[in-house]
Amino acid sequence: MRVTLSWLREHVDLPADLDADGLEKALVKVGLEVEEMADTGAAVEGPLVVGRVESIEELTGLKKPIRYCLVDVGGEQPQGIICGARNFAEGDLVVVALPGAVLPGGFAIAARKTYGHVSNGMICSGRELGVSDDHDGIIVLPADTAKPGDEARPLVGLDDVVVEINVTPDRGYCFSVRGIARELSHSLGGAYRDPVAAILPLEGDGTEAYRIDVRDSIACDRFTAVAVRGVDPAAGTPKWIKDRLAVAGIRSISLPVDITNYVMIELGQPMHAWDLEQLTGPLVVRRAAAGEKLTTLDGVKRSLDPQDIVIADDTGVVSLAAVMGGTTTEVSPTTVDVLLEAAHWDPLSVARTIRRHKLPSEAGKRYERGVDPQITAAACARAATLLAQYGGGTIEPRVTDVYAVQPPASITMALTRPSELAGIDYTPERVLEVLAMIGTQAEVSGGTVTVTPPSWRHDLNDPADLVEEVLRLDGYDRIPSELPIAPPGTGLSATQRRRRTVGRALADAGFVEALNYPFVGTTTLDAMRIPDGDPRRDLVLLRNPLSDEEPGMRTTLLPPLLAALRRNLGRGQRDVALFEVGMVFLPTGPIAVAPAAGVAGPPPAEELAAADALLPHQPWHVAAVIAGDAQPAGWWGAGRPADWADAVEAARLAADAAGVELTVRPAAEAPWHPGRCAALLVGDTVVGHAGELHPAVCADLDLPRRTVAMELDLDQLPIPGAWPAPRLSSFPTALIDVALDVDVTTPAADVEATLAEGAGPLLESVRLFDVYAGAQLGAGRRSLAYKLTFRAPDRTLTGEETLAARDAAVALAAERHGAALRGA
Amino acid sequence: MTYRNDPYDPKQAALLDQGALDDAVAAAEKAFAGAGDLDALAALKHQHLGDRAPVSLARREIGSLPPAAKADAGKRVNVARVAVQAAFDGRLATLTAEREERVLVEEAVDVTLPADRRPRGAQHPLTKIMERVEDLFVGMGYQVAEGPEVEWEWYNFDALNMHPDHPARSMMDTFFVAATGVEEDSRIVLRTHTSPVQARTMTTRKPPIYVICPGRVYRTDELDATHTPVFHQVEGLVVDKGITMGHLKGTLDNFVKGMFGPEARTRLRPSYFPFVEPGAEIDLWFPQHRDGPRWVEWGGCGMVNPRVLRACGIDPEEYSGFAFGMGIERALMFRNEASDMRDMVEGDVRYARAFGWEA
Repeated sequence: MRVTLSWLREHVDLPADLDADGLEKALVKVGLEVEEMADTGAAVEGPLVVGRVESIEELTGLKKPIRYCLVDVGGEQPQGIICGARNFAEGDLVVVALPGAVLPGGFAIAARKTYGHVSNGMICSGRELGVSDDHDGIIVLPADTAKPGDEARPLVGLDDVVVEINVTPDRGYCFSVRGIARELSHSLGGAYRDPVAAILPLEGDGTEAYRIDVRDSIACDRFTAVAVRGVDPAAGTPKWIKDRLAVAGIRSISLPVDITNYVMIELGQPMHAWDLEQLTGPLVVRRAAAGEKLTTLDGVKRSLDPQDIVIADDTGVVSLAAVMGGTTTEVSPTTVDVLLEAAHWDPLSVARTIRRHKLPSEAGKRYERGVDPQITAAACARAATLLAQYGGGTIEPRVTDVYAVQPPASITMALTRPSELAGIDYTPERVLEVLAMIGTQAEVSGGTVTVTPPSWRHDLNDPADLVEEVLRLDGYDRIPSELPIAPPGTGLSATQRRRRTVGRALADAGFVEALNYPFVGTTTLDAMRIPDGDPRRDLVLLRNPLSDEEPGMRTTLLPPLLAALRRNLGRGQRDVALFEVGMVFLPTGPIAVAPAAGVAGPPPAEELAAADALLPHQPWHVAAVIAGDAQPAGWWGAGRPADWADAVEAARLAADAAGVELTVRPAAEAPWHPGRCAALLVGDTVVGHAGELHPAVCADLDLPRRTVAMELDLDQLPIPGAWPAPRLSSFPTALIDVALDVDVTTPAADVEATLAEGAGPLLESVRLFDVYAGAQLGAGRRSLAYKLTFRAPDRTLTGEETLAARDAAVALAAERHGAALRGA
Repeated sequence: MTYRNDPYDPKQAALLDQGALDDAVAAAEKAFAGAGDLDALAALKHQHLGDRAPVSLARREIGSLPPAAKADAGKRVNVARVAVQAAFDGRLATLTAEREERVLVEEAVDVTLPADRRPRGAQHPLTKIMERVEDLFVGMGYQVAEGPEVEWEWYNFDALNMHPDHPARSMMDTFFVAATGVEEDSRIVLRTHTSPVQARTMTTRKPPIYVICPGRVYRTDELDATHTPVFHQVEGLVVDKGITMGHLKGTLDNFVKGMFGPEARTRLRPSYFPFVEPGAEIDLWFPQHRDGPRWVEWGGCGMVNPRVLRACGIDPEEYSGFAFGMGIERALMFRNEASDMRDMVEGDVRYARAFGWEA
């Protein structure tokens, strides 16, 4: 809602020196958010004065007619000014920008020689000053309205403040000068003059202006119409109306339409102007019938919904009520008889129609938020008067006023309620004062007040709404600052702590966190070689995705994370390690339509559970990816390229941080290299995968070969209990190395587990320190060399004990894996 | 070498002559002093302190002396022996110190070489801000509440006093989840704010409720410098007996002091959010602003609308509450002078790394 300060001043007494800043503060104080503020006086810099044209000399012999004028600008000598316009005569008052002035667009005025004369300034047109689009000639001020040398800004509308207010959905009445002026009077205390009160009511003779048949009084509880006949179709809209509409962002169309728009902004009542000649039979207000169509003013042919409210005449539907009129009955350049309509429509129906037809409009947004049903007659009177005045028509002394308005429900509130909720003591008098200020009728009975809200305040329904009025108008700045004491809490939950620790551990290990958009498309899943039937292809799909390429929600963190990796590489990074901790979205079946539930109270527990069951499973995952070197090259030597083991290590690190030990098994899962993919398990449950990406996946995703990745389902990791503290032995260790000759397909992790099991409790640690394959061993065999560290808690081990433990370990490895002790 | 145990043999006893002993000591001292390095010194050790060294041979002669002379000779030989040893030890210490000195010089490096062998990781600054917020409220006794991002509309809208035709609902620019196989609206959305977590908390827990709900939310904005369709919020909810708007103000003031220092405070401006009444926008007095301390907008708040309490099963006659919410990206923008939201969402390693651990 954009409006000028001068217009507001017509309806509320404001301090004479109120500037843009003061206006903004006053509006904000009562909850009107200022979107933009412009001081039009600042649009032209420097001297802009009134001048009187003393003489005009027509210069001849030029390509176009040019005048050299002597203009009295209030100084001792008249100034010579060159001008190309011809719409003025000697003695006219004009607007002169003197040297030193800067016009909108940075156009600086200076004395300059042109056409053989020195031109000491410029005689301005409306467009040059930015006050209108008028470029047909210069501005000629009405005679005797000023004298030469006067400041010209106020005379051309350049002394105003334009304010744009962001009206919240509860404050429909502030989509009008009437409403904003009222709020300003609340804010600053100046007297308010309701523009509605100043309008002379229409004098009807008891007959109808036009036959209106309202068949649905829920859809329309008020319909007022009056006719103005004999309007001059050539009559133009006065400049002041055009200017105010222009500020509001509304294009001038024709006198009748401009007037209806003007009244809408002034009073908040949307109106419609019908061409009476084009109407056939009574106007019927009803819901649309199935299959009905209407071509609206924007030229779009629309199929109507049975819920749409329409106005029809004998020819069919002629208007989508409250939202947009039809083409057949609109006022045209030949219209002479106009029927003015001001009605009140059901906000809910209007809201639905707007959304259904995607037809936001100035009228629609007002009806949707609530319009005062009591001002339709005043609006008709105002519009008819203006139309008669500027269009030369005659107001017919007949009024149609269909009235089925229900009085607003009253609200009862304890007088202490505002104090209880604010934490301030308001006296009952203060509470009643505020309630009276906003236009309510209040009746006190004991400690309670029963309030009838004013007809324009559809947002006042509950005691809480009245509480807000008291707090707001008494001032939020008076509310004290007190800290409530919460009952003792129990800190972060185990899963919350775990997510933090995992993130920190990975960041500490050199991974950089990315917070990616969780959107994904099948193209990426195809590139990742995710097979058909894989649950990761079962996406939660959006009806209105940002991009049709990515219509679904991620089922794995990898697609967006790999995209971020590629973005980094594309920006010149060479070695990149990224991680993300985030949710994935796994449908538990087809997405069904969830129930609608009321708000009188919580739905029953089983209904809540049923709705939850329809939502996808949304576990937290952690994923990490690396491309390039895991350890950078530098002055110390070469770098070490990341390989599959870095991915497994990242997974182990994340699990370690979560207090869980992973076991590793070979796997062949997309998008990993089938020979370089590890399944990560807790017990028998696979909780994730890690390894090198499939070369074809790297190629398709435009990633370097040997990019590695891991992903873990954090929610699958058990929350560890408290670990028992280890008992540390200070007795000496005994070290024995064993090299085992095993089949290459035997996983090292299995051999290690077997050695540990076979060695028994004396084994402190086992570490693989060499892997060797060569001709010596024969095809299909490899040697795994382990360092076994033995230690007893209570004694120094003897050589015999140590060897026996080693032999037991090797024997079990031989039995389980066919391992042979090398060098034995 | 063996000697006859003659009762007295002056010739053999010549080794015990004081002059000879003095000479041996002098010779040793001179030799050791002349040793240029530890190897040379080691080579001289045998000659002057070894088995055949003069002081060693002299000691053997003591046994051949008559008992009366033994004590005196022993004393003198020992003095000589100690003197030689001392000369050796002294030189050894000197040469060792010299060698250590030299090694330290030789081992000197350029310590300004870049020490960056371990690649630096980083958490995202938005994560760090959210953790900071959580920690502040956990310290005040709050719980951190969470909920799903793909959410039932009832929690996201209806329970929060936003019925299906509410203008505020269409202003939320919602992502809708498609129902499988039907055109019908699934009534499942990507949550447009973290408020559904509040609704979930109220439907499942009895007051007193003191929670904050940090998390990711979604609106159908195109990504540009000041909008992102996926962003983060933190909301707070308190429901208890006798909760006032003054409590809301006090909680916000305490919160921003924790975040931005003791100078920070808040100011409330009347505004409208369907789930609160009275409602307000929050202005934060931000002392560290680049262009000097000033008010910056940071979120909305208000007293929980009794309709919301009722929808969630809490009696508004018995309990009242407040709620507030603010954007984490916005905090990063004014606190760290971050001017472009795209940098926050693109995962560029240079961005997160620039913030350090305390963000």
